[in-house]
Amino acid sequence: MAENKIRLRIVTPVRELYDEEAEMVIMRSSIGDIGILHGHQPLTTTLDYGFLRIINGEDEVKATIFGGFASVDERGITVLSDAAEWPEEIDEGRAMAAKERAENRIRSNDDSVDIARAELALRRALIRLEAKGK
Amino acid sequence: MASMRDIKRRIKSVNSTQQITKAMNLVASSKLTRAKNRLMDTRPFFQETRKVIAGVVNGSKGISHPFLEQREVKKKAIILITGDRGLCGGYNANVSKAAMSHADDVNNVSAITVGSKGREFFKRRGIKIIESFTGISEKPGYSDALKIGQLALDLFTKGEADEIYLAYTEFITTLYSEPKVIKVLPVDVNEFTNDDGDSSGQSLTIYEPDEEAVLEYVIPKYVNTVIFGAMVESAVCELGARMTAMDSATENASEMIDSLNLLYNRARQGQITQEITEIVGGSGIYD
Repeated sequence: MAENKIRLRIVTPVRELYDEEAEMVIMRSSIGDIGILHGHQPLTTTLDYGFLRIINGEDEVKATIFGGFASVDERGITVLSDAAEWPEEIDEGRAMAAKERAENRIRSNDDSVDIARAELALRRALIRLEAKGK
Repeated sequence: MASMRDIKRRIKSVNSTQQITKAMNLVASSKLTRAKNRLMDTRPFFQETRKVIAGVVNGSKGISHPFLEQREVKKKAIILITGDRGLCGGYNANVSKAAMSHADDVNNVSAITVGSKGREFFKRRGIKIIESFTGISEKPGYSDALKIGQLALDLFTKGEADEIYLAYTEFITTLYSEPKVIKVLPVDVNEFTNDDGDSSGQSLTIYEPDEEAVLEYVIPKYVNTVIFGAMVESAVCELGARMTAMDSATENASEMIDSLNLLYNRARQGQITQEITEIVGGSGIYD
């Protein structure tokens, strides 16, 4: 089955998170989840906040991705994201605190609060907590 | 000849200066190793971002986007990246001068500066500073680059600048670096067509949601990445320059101490000779 694998690279501005082969990669694009297998047509897509799942037989590894984009070509998949991390790197306490902070901001009805930003922060926190909680 | 006490005092002062420069050299060189690693880590992202843009640009001929549009240049903006501190040879002055060469008319140029040295440089020359960032040049974070990138994009889209340049220092070797000024906006499409974005099969690429949306998203990312890369690279150069400058300062101090020691010994000898002459003279042997 080795020939049916696709190379995946996850790159962020500060480091290279992943550079290995995978059987299937499922990611959250801006128009919904997409799964990519070996031999996929060239594709460039923007990514939403969410999980990226790397499937190798029975194994499944998850990473959280916050925006960015992915390009698929004959060399494989390249995911470029501002922030990407493994669940074990996530600080649960920090994510919890961020969630509460964001919720308070949204609830506060204060005009000076940037609701859109607070909502993004809340979504990030929720995804991080979900990654931790599985 | 200066008195022995004066020479002694000078030796002491040079010695303590040498200790400082030596310590600064060591600090800079250990920071340099770390900064170099960071630089290596930022490169893949930069290269991959370029490839994606090259793919979009090459795959779809005649694409147009506000960020790619060349406008008549009335106003320029310069992003200048320098350090916060001196004692690093010509590092700050070189990059500031290179930036200045693009500011032909002071009244039409505005600036975003990173590092207090660059801010002071532009301030003295009467260039309007839109925003200055200090305290980040030694260890720039991606979030800092995001802020600067956003600022630059805003300036461009609001028409407050028709061209945006980035002045930074390119790292070549630890001993050698070169100031560089590049144009970040508008993005020059021709720059990408020569890239290795192999045009075969590019037209088959699907873009989700569509090409414009991808470009809309990727170009700001690219600008941020360029700025971030330049900041990290400049930080490496600053540390390299400081290391070299402090190394030669330490050496110069050693030389100075040596020659002062020589002077001191000569003075000491002279004094001894004089004392002997006086004693001999006072004893009255030669009377």
